[in-house]
Amino acid sequence: MKKLIAILLTVVMVMSLCAVAVSADEVTEISLWTYPIGKWVDEATVSALLDDFHAAHPEIKVNVEYLDYANGDDKVNTAIEGNQAPDIIMEGPERLIANWGAKGLMVDLADCIPAGTYEAVVSSCTSANGEVYEMPMCMVAHCMAINRDVFEEAGALQYLNEETHTWNSVEDFFKAVQAVYDAGYEYVGCIYCGGQGGDQGTRALVTNIAGATAYSNDELTEYVYATEANAGALAKLHAQDGIIFDPSIAATEEIQNFVNGTFQMAFCWNISQEKNNADALGFDVLPMAFPCDVTPVLQGGIWGFGVFNNGDEARIEAAKTFVKFMSEDDAQYTKAVEATNFAPVRALDGVYAGDELFTEYSVMNPMMGVYYQITKGWAIARTEWWNMLQRVMDTDGSVEAILAEMTVAQDAANAAAAG
Amino acid sequence: MADKNISVSRRTNRLVMHENIAGYLFMAPFLLFFFGFVVYPMFMCIYTSFFDATMGREDIFIGFENYKTLFADDVFWIALRNTLVIVVVSVPVTCAFSLWIATMISKMPVAATSAFRCIFYLPVVTGSVAVTMVWKWMFNNYYGILNYLGKGMGLIDKNINWLGDPKYALGCIILILLTTSVGQPIVLYVSALDNVDKSLVEAAHVDGATETQAFWRIKWPQMMPTTLYILVITTINSFQCFALIQLLTSGGPKNATMTIMYYIYYNAFKLYRYGYGNAMGVILAIIIAILSAVQFRLGKEK
Amino acid sequence: MAATNPIQSNKRRARIASVASWVIICIIAFLFIFPLYWIITGSFKTKKEIISSTPVWIPSQWVLTNYENLMSKRSAPLFELLGIAGPTVPAAIRWLVNTVFMAVVSMLLTCLTAAMAGYALAKKRFFGRGLIFTLIVCAMALPKQVILIPLLREMSALKLYDTIWAVIFPIVGWPFGVFLLKQFAEGIPTEMTEACRIDGASEWRTFTDVMFPMIKPGVGACAIFTFINSWNDYFMQLIMLTSSKNLTISLGIATMQGENSTDFGLLMAGCALASVPIIIVFLIFQKYFTKGITMGAVKG
Repeated sequence: MKKLIAILLTVVMVMSLCAVAVSADEVTEISLWTYPIGKWVDEATVSALLDDFHAAHPEIKVNVEYLDYANGDDKVNTAIEGNQAPDIIMEGPERLIANWGAKGLMVDLADCIPAGTYEAVVSSCTSANGEVYEMPMCMVAHCMAINRDVFEEAGALQYLNEETHTWNSVEDFFKAVQAVYDAGYEYVGCIYCGGQGGDQGTRALVTNIAGATAYSNDELTEYVYATEANAGALAKLHAQDGIIFDPSIAATEEIQNFVNGTFQMAFCWNISQEKNNADALGFDVLPMAFPCDVTPVLQGGIWGFGVFNNGDEARIEAAKTFVKFMSEDDAQYTKAVEATNFAPVRALDGVYAGDELFTEYSVMNPMMGVYYQITKGWAIARTEWWNMLQRVMDTDGSVEAILAEMTVAQDAANAAAAG
Repeated sequence: MADKNISVSRRTNRLVMHENIAGYLFMAPFLLFFFGFVVYPMFMCIYTSFFDATMGREDIFIGFENYKTLFADDVFWIALRNTLVIVVVSVPVTCAFSLWIATMISKMPVAATSAFRCIFYLPVVTGSVAVTMVWKWMFNNYYGILNYLGKGMGLIDKNINWLGDPKYALGCIILILLTTSVGQPIVLYVSALDNVDKSLVEAAHVDGATETQAFWRIKWPQMMPTTLYILVITTINSFQCFALIQLLTSGGPKNATMTIMYYIYYNAFKLYRYGYGNAMGVILAIIIAILSAVQFRLGKEK
Repeated sequence: MAATNPIQSNKRRARIASVASWVIICIIAFLFIFPLYWIITGSFKTKKEIISSTPVWIPSQWVLTNYENLMSKRSAPLFELLGIAGPTVPAAIRWLVNTVFMAVVSMLLTCLTAAMAGYALAKKRFFGRGLIFTLIVCAMALPKQVILIPLLREMSALKLYDTIWAVIFPIVGWPFGVFLLKQFAEGIPTEMTEACRIDGASEWRTFTDVMFPMIKPGVGACAIFTFINSWNDYFMQLIMLTSSKNLTISLGIATMQGENSTDFGLLMAGCALASVPIIIVFLIFQKYFTKGITMGAVKG
């Protein structure tokens, strides 16, 4: 026992000495906070990437913290309010630009963007004032998915094209839902509206059925979705057997219900969902674009690094060094991107070599549309959307009633965009 | 004579001084925390409620503007109503329910009494986050145990979306709140029932009083202090039901479970309207202060 | 004929009533045990069984994967004192240490400050006593959400933001303990403290040697109340803590979730880890728990 204590004491002392030795050096310490993007939530993966960086830049020390989507925003917001904002944060434009960028908290990263990054991606990361608040790392086209086994059994595969992952027409989408419903599946698809999680899915479903309509105007200054076409699309969904509205769940539960076979479709889906749920999936998943009579427009997700302006030049420089390190060199960039499960934002040879799933889902990438989530007032527009769906659920399902609810939501969002 | 008077008053003065100093010295550690982390923030809350405060810029003074917006905000009124409904329903129900359970289990053999007392206390120690997670699953629309059993026993013929239906959602929240807050009242009532003067009850029975009469005439008045204490702690508890709402419904569906506590949080951390959130906090604090004062008065009279 | 005998029929009715009450109590008790049962069995289920759409009452195979994940996904130093970091352990252990530290320190601080203040409020006639007591009564039910923004700004100004103290201090400032112990101290005859003073004991000695032992049961009730409240005080932890080494167990588990993919097995394992220790403590000290709780009320 005494020996054990002696050993423990020695260990503690040695470690404390090491700690002192490290802190005695001239190192700039910066903090990196990541939202759970692919494997950037996994300590082993992230430390491997950080080790690469520390080896190349011993003068900088990066401390990482992990956020979750349930509480992450609150954490960052309280940290900002508590003057403890991180130096680097990994997320998408809807937060980096529409939220913290719009409040003037971010640093312009225009000089960090590597050559060859897709124009459309860079412009999605650019604020209205021309400053770039996100160094994009990876992207994905959010799609939907169907339970292929059930669709086959119900004879509903005739309504879609498995090669292109698209529906033959909007009408065929509803026929397919009806066929699955008639085959004895009570819940085919679910318009989840219990919160903002995965709300891009329900938005994409509605706007695509309506004919790939726009959510915001071209200048991204105003919301324009309260139209007869969109209300009509929602009315069709409201009337369809097998499509239910559920205000008690958000995307997490929708995916869970799809994976365990309760729902036959998921509207919040992408490659990461299939990879994460691999051990629990007992059927063949077929990723699909949203139903549309013209070319479907999918909402993209773009993730990357933003740098908070903490008023310390040395730390901002160090943060920029880190951001550049992860993206400039092709070999390092490949490692960083593969940790996200998503596609790179510039042409990159050999990325995800041999990953069949990646190839399958890549079909969706060209369908990515405008990144409208950086329209001003986004935080409010987002909550207005799912609250609107909750109210629509209780209407009689007429186009007029739905349009009225949509207009209320849009007016509130536009008021926030103007203010 | 006059001399003596002066010396007496000096002595009382010194005594008063002494009491004051000793009193404050004993109060000091608590007051440091109380004023530092409850009263001062409350004062700042009142102060900031007159400002348009948000993230990343200086606060702007706007007078009573926040309060004006507040009174015109429909969601605020819904939230206020829900908050009061939760308190007004859950406090008496918790008291009545725990009294009922306590009378039943106190008649059982000692071992059973203590076992049940433990069981009813379990949700309190299990932790609200963990308990809430399980209840969420129990209320699940598609395969939750309530629908499963309900359909199995033929009580309902179609799945009920408990948390997704504005008719039921608030009731479900109150039910969960009940399971996490009856533990202590039950323990209290069991021992209060134990401590009731047995000879009085027996005398009443001899006089021909029924079980019910004996209960209301003899036992109930003797348990009054316990009941008052339970009223105080359940009221406190009902106002603290934030985690339940955040984890289960986020105030939905259609604001059916929106409470002031959640709406403050929502305004502050989702919409960054700090001043507005504070104005709401002030209103809630006033209501609670009045409620506590009334409760305390009642307690004193009894 | 037997049925017409009033005494016998009364007895029978009483028997039926007692059986019925057993049945009802058992059904209700099920609702109270079930969450714990579900958490513990859930933590040993495979991913497929835990999200299965038909309830899996008993795991078909008991797996430790969820606990392995919980222990391997994150790491943190066991403790940090004066810049000295302890050995690296699974972060879940550190979170448990943090949670226990927070609950125990809040409990001790609250009991000490509340006992002193309760004594003063009950026995000392000092200026402003009525006002302070009114403030205490009014603040008792105040939800923390009300003072959340100012408290946050204050904590960051004091450089306490993202430390465990930011959670502890508001708990200690919460006046319920003082209210409770004041009621207690009032029940102690003033002659006892007076006698002690006349014997020449100092104020402090009077408090420690006479008052404190007499209000001990009340202090016990206050300790239990504070411990459980701080253990469950999810909200303050959520707002005040950010670094993964500073998290409490319930918050820490939340950060291990992916976007739109909640790992329920991991969550259940975390919930079990968070609740089982306190339940064991509760079962061991059950007698004192119930006694403490009851003592609080008799005087209150």
